Amino acid sequence: MFRYIVRRLLWMIPVLFFISVITFSLAHAVPGGPFDREKALPAEIIANLNKYYGLDQPVWKQYVKYMSDILLRFDFGPVYSSRSRRVNDIFRDHLPISAQLGVLAMLIALGIGIPLGILAALKQNSFWDYLGMAVAIFGVSVPGIVLGPLLILIFALTLKWFPVAGWGTPAKMVLPSIALGMRESAIIARLTRASMLQVIREDYIRTARAKGLTERAVMIRHALKNAFIPVATILGPMFAVLVTGTFVIEQIFAIPGMGKYFITSITNRDYPVVMGTILLYAVFLVIANLAVDITYAFLDPRIRYT
Amino acid sequence: MATQELTAQQKAALRLSERQGKPANLWLDAWNRLIRNRAAVLGGIVVILLILTAILAPVIAPYHYAKGDSAEAYTVPNWLIGLLPGNISAYAKTSSKFLLGSDYLGRDMLSRLIYGTRVSLPVGFMGAFTALIIGLVYGCISGYYGGRVDNIMMRIVDIMYAFPTMLLIILMMAFFKSTFAKVEPGTVAYTFNQVNRVVDRILGLQGGGMLFIFMGIGITAWMGMARLARGQILSLKEKEFIEAAHMIGAGDIRIIVRHILPNIIGPCIVAETLAIPGYINTEVFLSFIGLGVDPPTPSWGAMISEGAQSIRSYPHMVLFPALALSLTMFAFNFLGDGLRDALDPKMKGTS
Repeated sequence: MFRYIVRRLLWMIPVLFFISVITFSLAHAVPGGPFDREKALPAEIIANLNKYYGLDQPVWKQYVKYMSDILLRFDFGPVYSSRSRRVNDIFRDHLPISAQLGVLAMLIALGIGIPLGILAALKQNSFWDYLGMAVAIFGVSVPGIVLGPLLILIFALTLKWFPVAGWGTPAKMVLPSIALGMRESAIIARLTRASMLQVIREDYIRTARAKGLTERAVMIRHALKNAFIPVATILGPMFAVLVTGTFVIEQIFAIPGMGKYFITSITNRDYPVVMGTILLYAVFLVIANLAVDITYAFLDPRIRYT
Repeated sequence: MATQELTAQQKAALRLSERQGKPANLWLDAWNRLIRNRAAVLGGIVVILLILTAILAPVIAPYHYAKGDSAEAYTVPNWLIGLLPGNISAYAKTSSKFLLGSDYLGRDMLSRLIYGTRVSLPVGFMGAFTALIIGLVYGCISGYYGGRVDNIMMRIVDIMYAFPTMLLIILMMAFFKSTFAKVEPGTVAYTFNQVNRVVDRILGLQGGGMLFIFMGIGITAWMGMARLARGQILSLKEKEFIEAAHMIGAGDIRIIVRHILPNIIGPCIVAETLAIPGYINTEVFLSFIGLGVDPPTPSWGAMISEGAQSIRSYPHMVLFPALALSLTMFAFNFLGDGLRDALDPKMKGTS
C-alpha cells in the first residue's frame, strides 16, 4: 500500500508537467497581451513592461523560468494586474475562503445525497424514493446560478433569516453552501440510489440474509460498502472543483474566493495567475483521486494495490 | 377457452400470428411508452412551446429587445410589488406597461426573455447536434477498426478529457473573441466573421457571436459521445449478424451505416437529450462571465448576471430569467429521462 501511494505521488510529476505545458502554450496562444487596455498604452511602456516581466523572451524560456521559480523558490510569479501582489499572495488570501465554502458545500452534498439515495433505493416507490427523485431532478435543473439568487430572494431579502452576501460569520456561510452543494447532492443521490439498487440484487446479499444477519447489518456491512464505490469515484473530481473556487456562487454572494481568478486571469492574459490556478486545481484533483483510490481498498477487500 | 390444452409451440405460433401485420417496431413501441409517461409529455410540450416562442419571437414580443427608454429603467410590475420585500415599494417605480418589468436600461424584460430563447435553444440543439455528429463519426471509426487506430484515437480523447472542460471553453472563447474581433478582408478571421453574421441573421439577432459559442461548445462536447459510441460498437461488432454481413460481402461503410448505427443510435440520442441542459448552462455561464453573446443580444445568463448585481434593490431583474432558465432545464431533463425509459425499458428507474 505504502509503495503504491509513493508510486502514485511520483506519477503526479509527469501529469503536472503535461498540464503545465499545455496550459502555458494555450494561454500564450490566445492573442493579445496582459497590458492591452481600452486606451492603448504607448508602445515604449508596453515594451518596458514586457521586458520587466520577461515577456520579450521566447515562450519556452519563459516556461523554464516560470517552472524553476516554482521548484527552487516556491514562487508562483507576479500578478501583472497588481504591482504589489504576487500569485502566492492570492493563494494565501483567497484559497482558505474558497476551501471553506467548498468543504461546507461538500458536507451538504454528502449529508443530503447519500442518506436520500440509500432511503430511495431501500424503499423503492415509496415517499422517500419520490423525494429522492424530486431532489435529483431539482438539483440538475436548478443550477447554482439560479438557486443562488432564489435563496437570497427568499431567505435573505423576504424572510431576513440570513445575510444577503459576504463571508466570515457562520450565518453568511449557509446560503452559498446550499446553493453550491445542491447540485452535487442531486448527483450523489442519483448515483447512490442506482448503485444501491444494483448491489442489493447481488447473490452475496441474499447469502448474507440467508445466514441470518439482521437487515441492518446486511445493508450497512455488505450493501452500502460496495454501493459506495461508484459514488467515491465522482467525489474526487467534485472535491477538487468545489474547493478551488467556483466563480458563479462567489460572484453572486460577493465572496472573496479563488473562483474570480480562474476567469479574470484568462480574460486579462495574466499568465502566472492562469498557470497558478490551473496547477492548484490539478494538484487537488490528483490528490483527491488518489484518496478515492485508497478508499476503494477499504470498501472492497478484493481491490489490492501492490 | 381451449388455450389450456395448447402446447408451448402452439402458443408461440398463436402469438406470432397475432403479431403478423403489425411488426414489432422499436420506434413505435418507444413512442407508445413515451406518451404514457406524463412527466416526459409535459417536458415535451414545454420544449415545443419554447421552440415556438423562439420562432415567433418578433410576433409575441411586445417591445424590441434592444431598445429601451432610460426614463423607464428599473420599473417593477404592479402585480409583483406586493410579493417583494416591503421596503422596495418605497422607492421602486411601478408600472403595468411591462408585464415582467424593465431592466437597467428600461428594456422590457419579457421581450428580452422571449428573444433569449433564440440564444439558449440553438445553443442546446447545436451542442447536441455537433456532439452527435463528431462523436458518432469519431467513435465509430475508433471502435470499428479497433487495434492501433482505436488506441491512438482514444488516448487523444483521454488527454482532452483530463483537461478541465470549462478552462478549455473559456480559453477557446477568449481566443475567438480576440481573434475574430479584427475584421480585415482576406484573413481567416474575416471569413469566420462573415459566417458568424449569417448565423446571427438566421437566428434573427443583431450581432450575437453565436457561431463562436457553437464552436466553443462543439469542440469540447463530442468526447463523451465518442466514448459512448465506441463502447457500444466494441460489443456490437463481434455479434453474429455483423459477421453475416461481412460474409455476404458488405463494405465497412455499409456495415457501419446500415447495421451498426441503427443499433446504437438510441442510447446516443438519449445521452445527448440529457446533455442539452448542460450546453444551455454552459452558454449561461459564459454569458455570466462576459465571454458569451455580445450585448445587446439578450442571453439569460447575461440577464441573470445583470440582475444579480442589483438583487437587493430590484430582485425582479434576476427572478424572471432564473425561472425561465430553470423551466427550460426541467423540461429537457424530464423529456430526456422519459426518452431513456422509453428507448431502454430495462434501464427504467435504475439511473
